[in-house]
Amino acid sequence: MSATMTSSPGATSGVISTAPITDQDWRKLGKWGGLCALALVLVSLIGMPVGLDRRILIHPVLSLGYLSLLWIPLVLGFVVSKRIELEGVESPEPGSRDLVAGALMGLAGGIGMALFMVCLNIFDLRDPLVNWSPKLLELLNYGRGLSFGVVAWIITCCVLGLVGSSIHVVPAAVRRVVSYATFGLLSIAVLEGAIADLSEGFGLEFLTDAIYAKRGGITLVWSIVLAALIGVISVLTKGKFKAAKANYSELQGPERKRASRVLFLVVALLTLVLPLFLGTIMNELLANVGLFLLLALGLNIVVGLAGILDLGYVAFFAVGGYTTAVLTSADSPFFAPEMHFAVTLVIVVVFAGLVGLVIGAPVIRMRGDYLAIVTLGFGEIIRLLFMSDWLKPYFGGAQGITNVPGVDLGFATIKGTDPRSVFYLVLVFCALAIYVSWRLQASRLGRAWMAIREDEKVAEAMGINTVNAKLLAFVVGAVLASFSGAILVAKVGSVFPNSFMILVSIIILVVVIVGGMGNIAGVLVGSFVLIGILGGPRQPGLLHEFQSFKLLIYGALLVFMMLQRPEGLVPSARRSQELHQEEFLQDVWLKGDAHEADEQVAEVHTEENGDSKGQQEGGA
Amino acid sequence: MDGNGCLVDCGHDGTIGHFAGGSWLTATIERKSARQVSKVDRFLTLIRVFLVGLIVVGILAFLAQQLAPDNPFARWRNPDAVGLTGDQFKGLLMSGLSQGAMYGLIALGYSMVYGVLGFINFAHGEVFMAGAMTGFIASDKFSANGLWESNFLLSLVIVIVLAIMVSTFTAVLMERVAYRPLRESPRLIPLITSIGVSFFIQNAVMGVFGPSTKSYPQLPQWLSKQRSIFTFEIAGTKLLVLFVAAISMAGLWYLVERTKTGKAMRAVAEDKEIAALMGINVNRTIVTTFAVGGAMAGIAGILWGLLFRSVTHMTGFLPGIKAFTAAVVGGIGNLPGAMIGGISLGSAESIAPLVILEPLGVPGVSQLKDAVAFTVLVLVLLFKPSGLFGEQLSAEDRA
Repeated sequence: MSATMTSSPGATSGVISTAPITDQDWRKLGKWGGLCALALVLVSLIGMPVGLDRRILIHPVLSLGYLSLLWIPLVLGFVVSKRIELEGVESPEPGSRDLVAGALMGLAGGIGMALFMVCLNIFDLRDPLVNWSPKLLELLNYGRGLSFGVVAWIITCCVLGLVGSSIHVVPAAVRRVVSYATFGLLSIAVLEGAIADLSEGFGLEFLTDAIYAKRGGITLVWSIVLAALIGVISVLTKGKFKAAKANYSELQGPERKRASRVLFLVVALLTLVLPLFLGTIMNELLANVGLFLLLALGLNIVVGLAGILDLGYVAFFAVGGYTTAVLTSADSPFFAPEMHFAVTLVIVVVFAGLVGLVIGAPVIRMRGDYLAIVTLGFGEIIRLLFMSDWLKPYFGGAQGITNVPGVDLGFATIKGTDPRSVFYLVLVFCALAIYVSWRLQASRLGRAWMAIREDEKVAEAMGINTVNAKLLAFVVGAVLASFSGAILVAKVGSVFPNSFMILVSIIILVVVIVGGMGNIAGVLVGSFVLIGILGGPRQPGLLHEFQSFKLLIYGALLVFMMLQRPEGLVPSARRSQELHQEEFLQDVWLKGDAHEADEQVAEVHTEENGDSKGQQEGGA
Repeated sequence: MDGNGCLVDCGHDGTIGHFAGGSWLTATIERKSARQVSKVDRFLTLIRVFLVGLIVVGILAFLAQQLAPDNPFARWRNPDAVGLTGDQFKGLLMSGLSQGAMYGLIALGYSMVYGVLGFINFAHGEVFMAGAMTGFIASDKFSANGLWESNFLLSLVIVIVLAIMVSTFTAVLMERVAYRPLRESPRLIPLITSIGVSFFIQNAVMGVFGPSTKSYPQLPQWLSKQRSIFTFEIAGTKLLVLFVAAISMAGLWYLVERTKTGKAMRAVAEDKEIAALMGINVNRTIVTTFAVGGAMAGIAGILWGLLFRSVTHMTGFLPGIKAFTAAVVGGIGNLPGAMIGGISLGSAESIAPLVILEPLGVPGVSQLKDAVAFTVLVLVLLFKPSGLFGEQLSAEDRA
């Protein structure tokens, strides 16, 4: 297309496999080594090691603070020794050359870190750099003096770089076992709160008391046992999941329907029963995940299906919240009918739809990127209006509206002090949202949205009324977001304009993009992983120590995903084909003739239809 | 054609006959499509009329207030209307102009990047913030060792140079790491990436320098005192801001219109492929574009610091969006347009709340300053999406 294509300097794959270990791409090594050192120093200066040191993962040896540094040389060692595979060029076997590359990269990072520690010891730059403190130095040298720390970091980084690069060298089976054991152990450590809570619910405290140390973290002995256990399990179950999945997708007709129904029932039962065994904190977490899932499902329709980048999505969240607060709270300053939540919901739907139309109509025909900024402006205007003195007599200004009652069901009241009930309420709406999204996806309207996303002009030429279709996407998204707002307000019992910052829109956008735009399963995964572990804009997640760093991580994740995997963790087949169209067609062209390309395209489409059918049953 | 000429629909009576369906058919299609669009269109017209009406009524009420505060029209919405004195109005205009000049400087970066690459660099506000933050750190250090007081001009020049360097570096790094790999992807992908970059920089700066508000050191008395020029009372700082902005703009204009680099930039903005065929290094030109935009943002950052004397990690967010608004107001890709757009947005933002909203009886109008800026964006896109002075975009972006 354009003439900006330059060959990348790292393409040295032409070398023969017996190349000496000194035959390195020094420029690449220098670049990545410098990057490693910079990343280590930046993470230290941001204050992650000190701030996260309280959270211990493996009792005496590894805290989250150290992990925030140690993963860098490991991952970069893996990256730097990775060979670019070129079509038609025989890649050399990975060998000692790659190991040396990884180790050298780690060495550079370690030296950078050592220099940083020396500077930390000599200079005092505490004035602009808030985390430049003796405490950081002490943490970095493990409390044993500068010289020990310097040597230790150089060696550690070197070894980690080596380990990272050795991932390419070791046989696939070993790689599999080790990676399963590592990730399994890490997730057990990260999920400590949830697991402890769950075992308490089942009366199995003795187990968690044994596994976890008193101050948190898996004990050393148990971490070895668990790692071994997971390793063994990974060997035993090798290929079983894939086989089961293949079996499932091979099923046809009524059999498949039955299997899907069983799967659906199991999942539904688990989601219904599990909260009963969880404590308050975990239920609170689940309720938050549900609230954001509801928002993300709505945004998924707008961004994922219709391809409209709405950055002011929080406006609808705010409209839902304020409408509920005004109609139900006794303290609403201007108009307080104190209605029931159920009645309110109807009015919320009408209001959110209207606001969706009013905001949508002027922006809908703008270019995609202008639309993004203008909706961002609208999102901010709505917050500013709720906060202003002008509307204070109606919405309470910055003090907001307090004393919003919970949802009275007759036999029970759903309110924030009982997060389990809130979770069930959210669950109902999430199930509704999933059902609606899934039905819409396959419908005429959903297909129109996808056509618009792929090419608006062609869609219009095919007879789709693009303006109406896009407006409808806006309205549907708005209604789902307003539900979430309504539940949030009933849960918290009050509403303030500052809960509706633009930040919320962007976090939901990250959730949708990381999960997989246009895919319900992706959005589910995205909200559970991100909101569950890192937490929402104000709501803490499982790693509540991350509170002050999570926005940074969200930003980095967004950039990383856009660069490396724009289709998300759980991509929708059609969307990823769209994003990688050129590569896709090129691959097909390399393999065979153009005729085959058409077949492959058709294949992807049928695959996708199968996928969405599977989601329906397994989704909720 | 047979005698009846009924090619299209013989079930109907003869009225459609003689034209082989032609004119009748096209007529229905036109009528139908017109009706489909018109629902939204009618609504848009309503919004347009409403907004214009609001502005006109507001201004009329303001004029009524100015003529005679006891006038019933002036009292209609705002019983305690007092109106503005001439000096107050001039003061508002001056602060609007100086603030607008900064928006203009930032807007240049948006406009140039949009002109060349066709996407909104959402993180450009963060480049501006990086300049302001560097300015704070440097001037704080200078103030600690006394150079800021003893030799203000020298230290100011050093601070500006440092800020320009840091901002330029930030912008170039951003291009290299985040945007270059995405050059061929759909327009929204780099926009989303830039949102991530913006988020990342904001929070990294917060992590490294802390979340507190940082205050620039006191400016010397001879600079900040009030001066009177053509009956306009203006603080020296604002004068400095206007002066520096004018010089930067002139320098940029010279660079773009009179040098070879500028010619290359214009060529790349017009058509990357042809530019490459003409022997222009497209990559380098794009980097230059980012660097120049970054330098302008860095200057704006320092000016912001001097004028408002405070900076936080969030400083870049609102000015960034407003600067984008300014770029759209002037017509994106159009450099003089960006500057004029910035100045008009700045003045509108500072005058409109008092001239239009206050007479309508809206209390606490200064809180609505930001809302006014966004409304200007919506207004411009509703009435003249290509901006006041016309867009200048590359062939493929002119959709």
